[in-house]
Amino acid sequence: MNLWRDIKGTFQPFWITLRYLFKRPVTISYPEQKRTLPPRYRARMILTRDPDGEERCVACHLCSAACPVDCISMQAAERADGRRHAAWFRINFARCIYCGLCAEACPTLAIQMSSEYELGNRDLLKLVWEKEDLLVDHGGKDPDYHFYRHTGIGVVAPRGGNNDELPPVDIKTNLP
Amino acid sequence: MNDLLLTGLLMLIKLGMILAVLLTMAAYLVLAERKLLARMQRRYGPNRVGFGGMLQPLADLIKLLTKEDFLPAQADKWLFLLAPGLAAVTALLAFAVVPFAPPLELFGRQLPMVVCDLNVGILYFFGLSSLAVYGVALGGWASNSKYALLGALRAMGQMLSYELAMGLSIVPVILMARSFSLTEIVQAQASLPFALTNPLAFGIFFIAALAESKRTPFDLPEAENELVAGFHTEYSGMRFGLFFVGEYLNLVVLGAIITSLFLGGWHGPLLPPIIWFLGKVLAVAFVFIWIRGTLPRLRYDQLMAFGWKALLPLALVNLLATGGILLWLGGAS
Repeated sequence: MNLWRDIKGTFQPFWITLRYLFKRPVTISYPEQKRTLPPRYRARMILTRDPDGEERCVACHLCSAACPVDCISMQAAERADGRRHAAWFRINFARCIYCGLCAEACPTLAIQMSSEYELGNRDLLKLVWEKEDLLVDHGGKDPDYHFYRHTGIGVVAPRGGNNDELPPVDIKTNLP
Repeated sequence: MNDLLLTGLLMLIKLGMILAVLLTMAAYLVLAERKLLARMQRRYGPNRVGFGGMLQPLADLIKLLTKEDFLPAQADKWLFLLAPGLAAVTALLAFAVVPFAPPLELFGRQLPMVVCDLNVGILYFFGLSSLAVYGVALGGWASNSKYALLGALRAMGQMLSYELAMGLSIVPVILMARSFSLTEIVQAQASLPFALTNPLAFGIFFIAALAESKRTPFDLPEAENELVAGFHTEYSGMRFGLFFVGEYLNLVVLGAIITSLFLGGWHGPLLPPIIWFLGKVLAVAFVFIWIRGTLPRLRYDQLMAFGWKALLPLALVNLLATGGILLWLGGAS
């Protein structure tokens, strides 16, 4: 039995707590003070636009297939020029778990994660967001990416008209 | 007749003021404890209700009053309803013998600044502090819950192990003051407080008082991480509030008793006596809170072993030594 060590061990902590009593609290008082988020913080998703200002979303349903909680739903539609888009796009943020799998699944970079995390609401129905609420006026993290310029579908340029494309082959000329 | 009326009126005013001050102190000690503990852990503590959280006790009171008063299905109804009152009332009654200022001259009569100057004040305090355990024990027993019962059993075991040492640590004080009355004990400390003349008794009494108040190093009866909430697991609403208020009233009362027995009561230079008294009580309360912020909980057997094997022999030796020295100094008196 080391009595001296025990006595010291009993009284030393008092000095520590007394010192801490006069230190500044480390708490961030949240609604008034907000911590600066990391630059690539991922909270709720947004729907971005391509450089022409058109919606990037082509309503391929990959996001809703990837969503583990099934909170994304949409209706696909096609314009006269062949461009696909979502007639309506609906996400239920009351269900969303902010996993980001939709953004990973998105082939056109339409869905990206934004750093807006304050979605708290007392009315559940207000957490169901439509396409108009989700659309933003910029291209997000890759503003120059234009999906239809790489697909070979003649929507923004004639088929084969883009830089990295060859003109379509007339298969009739390959006949023997 | 008029004289009697005036005496009664003065007494009522005094009682009302004591009650108001005691309850307010207990309520604000809760806030002070939460604030201080938070600061010791580098948090802010309650700071939303009122300026800097100053109205938090009021908010807590409203919350407790509006909550459901729940009675467990298999509980012993009357004991269950009675126990919280017992816990709060015994703490409140114990303050009756504590003198908080010298007698006041008012309208040509002497008004003693103590509710009741019993000549066996210390015995009265001991009786009530033993009764306070009944509140805990009966509450835990009547709840008909394993956790509450375990808490109650621990409270009983705890009382058995500290109370003897507590009693024996006061005997030297009584020897030195030659009186059981708290007023005379305070008067005997006019020049030197007993904490300086008999520090060992002070230390033993302080540790025993910590155990009596069921606070952190000895908060076995309500050990949150083992027993949910111990003896008051099944209590809700204002009945839980009564246990809670009782605990903090007990803190004030123990502070007052320690002040009167060892710290010289209202005696002190310059400032008015009542300020000295309040300051000393609050200082003791601060040390209690400080201890809660610092020390972990003892194990059950450690408390028993400490009470029986360390505190009790020390108290006995101290009693013997004090008696011997007093006899040697006082001669034949």
